[in-house]
Amino acid sequence: MDFKGKKVIALGERDGIQGAAVAAVARSAGAEVVLEMTHCFV
Amino acid sequence: MILGTPSAESSKLYAVTVSEGDPAWAGALAGVPLNIPAFHVLEPDVKDAADEAVYDTEIGISAMALEPETEEIIESLTEVRNGVTA
Repeated sequence: MDFKGKKVIALGERDGIQGAAVAAVARSAGAEVVLEMTHCFV
Repeated sequence: MILGTPSAESSKLYAVTVSEGDPAWAGALAGVPLNIPAFHVLEPDVKDAADEAVYDTEIGISAMALEPETEEIIESLTEVRNGVTA
């Protein structure tokens, strides 16, 4: 999968992987992160 | 969409919601198929596309913690992308 130039929503979860970490990975793959958030269901 | 969800169930719920619409028919996306493909950050496709150093720094420890769930998570998202949501 080529993420270069793709717009990405990075949606993390507190009990899983944080949105900021997902966004950093997406950016390193060449994607443009248009929304980044971390949900918490506690 | 790239997810960082901790279980197969939550991953599938997000993936179905942004591809076919809210499966619970409770929210604003009920009956609204956005057709946005959902991937998990632990999927090999995502890992291979990312910078290795960034991936290890940001995801490394979490990937180990989620290791028991990883296979199920990937399976659930692959099913949704292939149109299997039942």
